Amino acid sequence: MLEQQLLNALTLGSVYALFALGFTLVFGVLAVINLSHGALFMVGSYAALAMVTQLQAPLWLAMLGAMLVCGTLGLLIDLLILKPLRLRNAPHLIPMIATIGVSIMLTTTAQGLFGAEAMRFPEGTLPAGEFIVGDVHVRALEIAIVLISFVLMAVMFTILKRTQLGRALRAISESPKAAWLLGIPVERLFHATSFVAASLGGVAGVLIALDFNAITPGMGQPMLHKGIAVIILGGMGDIRGALIGGLFLGFAEVISKAYLSSQMGDAVAFGLLFLILLVRPAGLFGRQLERKA
Amino acid sequence: MALPVWLSDFWSIYSTLVFTVGVHAMLALSIWLTLSCGLLSLANAAFMGIGAYTAALLTVQLGWSFPAVLLAGGLAPALVALLIGVPVLRLSGVYLAMATLAFGEVVRITVLNLEITGGPEGLNGIPLATEGWHIVVLLGATVYGLHRLRRSKVGRAFEAIKEDEVAARLMGINVDRYKLLAFVLGSLIAGVAGALNAHFTFFISPREYGFENAVDILTMAVLGGTSGLVGPMLGGTILTLLPELLRFLQDFRALVNGAVLVLVVLFLPKGIWEPRRVHAWWQRTTRRTGGVK
Repeated sequence: MLEQQLLNALTLGSVYALFALGFTLVFGVLAVINLSHGALFMVGSYAALAMVTQLQAPLWLAMLGAMLVCGTLGLLIDLLILKPLRLRNAPHLIPMIATIGVSIMLTTTAQGLFGAEAMRFPEGTLPAGEFIVGDVHVRALEIAIVLISFVLMAVMFTILKRTQLGRALRAISESPKAAWLLGIPVERLFHATSFVAASLGGVAGVLIALDFNAITPGMGQPMLHKGIAVIILGGMGDIRGALIGGLFLGFAEVISKAYLSSQMGDAVAFGLLFLILLVRPAGLFGRQLERKA
Repeated sequence: MALPVWLSDFWSIYSTLVFTVGVHAMLALSIWLTLSCGLLSLANAAFMGIGAYTAALLTVQLGWSFPAVLLAGGLAPALVALLIGVPVLRLSGVYLAMATLAFGEVVRITVLNLEITGGPEGLNGIPLATEGWHIVVLLGATVYGLHRLRRSKVGRAFEAIKEDEVAARLMGINVDRYKLLAFVLGSLIAGVAGALNAHFTFFISPREYGFENAVDILTMAVLGGTSGLVGPMLGGTILTLLPELLRFLQDFRALVNGAVLVLVVLFLPKGIWEPRRVHAWWQRTTRRTGGVK
């Protein structure tokens, strides 16, 4: 059954990576730990569900819609909360605390609107194809999830590494002030990053919702914790690290769930994270941050 | 002594609530202590949990006397804090927050999976041992101790570390040792609060000591203001009473907690209780009403 587990791990890991990509992008560019990223992930899955059930939208359109909804929310969070804090030069933990508030608000709203019970996509809306390779059952859905995740990540990589926009973003992550002096529209790129990162979180939400076919208001919280684990594994603000860390966590979790106990799977992830923080505080691939005297 | 009827009625309905206010005030003070040394630790809910479980198990299984149980409930998390503090406190800022968050999750998941803690069902039938005066005395002792601490060499060292760690080190302050002291004392207070709490709620479960609860504790301190001892206690009181006053909002009740957090961070960066502003406000009102000359 190892092959089957590996496939599960790949599916899960690629969604973790996608989720962590948005998370790490915000940290890299805005230098903010956005603890509402998990809630945005949850909003994404509800948005897609609502579009499928209420508007009878096809799944791909619902996914785009969820990206748009989450992106807009991310943009609003930046405009209404993070920007005033930036202008005030608030200490770096303050924006993080504010995003905890946003997360509580989004989660409570979802619970008030949709109830605490798990909701599902109606039958027939999910791709049902399945084929058998050797003795591994491959669902078409899983292939779609892995493909979508990797395509989106490849797009982000290319933008960040090959384009002028990516160079500007990397300049900001080195020093927003220096980037601003060079004529880079820092504020506008902050807004754009918030939008893109949130929409990536939203897509990850839709993909997980499809994979497990269960949506609850609380689904963002464990995902957020995993996102934290991933970006610490991979190094905070490191795009490549998010990919490797995400896949690594997916594998570690599936394997420990399969061969240890289902509950301890989560503890393994956090125990690992805890250890890595102690041994290599900047993550497995991250650069050691210089101490400012 | 015969109490008036209305008072005993009030007490029978609201005593738990009043007790909770006291416990929350202690928890808010426990995180205030670590914050006063510039450490953002999200492990206080876990420390509270360790204290609560230690105390409850000693009462239920071994029948220890209540004072001994309270002492053990404080010392157990302090010991854990001492052990993890040495490696964890090398981290700073968001990394410390993430590591303590991960530690909290490990504690929660461990409690969830142990047999002796009752797993997800928690511990039931803890005898009622906490009385009003216990909370008053212990809260009073905490406030007095912290007040003395602030004015002492230790308190000044904490403040120096909070303002500028590098400068504090250069002035010959043993930064690591003071950070560890703040961390351990904070966990001690949280543990005692947990032990008190367990002995009037009859029931504890891992759910009460997760990330959300760590955030709640942090919110109390941030809302009240961290510049003094009054702020955290005020914040704890408000956040305990607010949900009771907002019962009519039903499912959306927690929305207010999130909104409060965001609004306070945006508009009251120093919290509600900021001595200078309160003083100024007081002078304004007394002047307007003619006041004392």
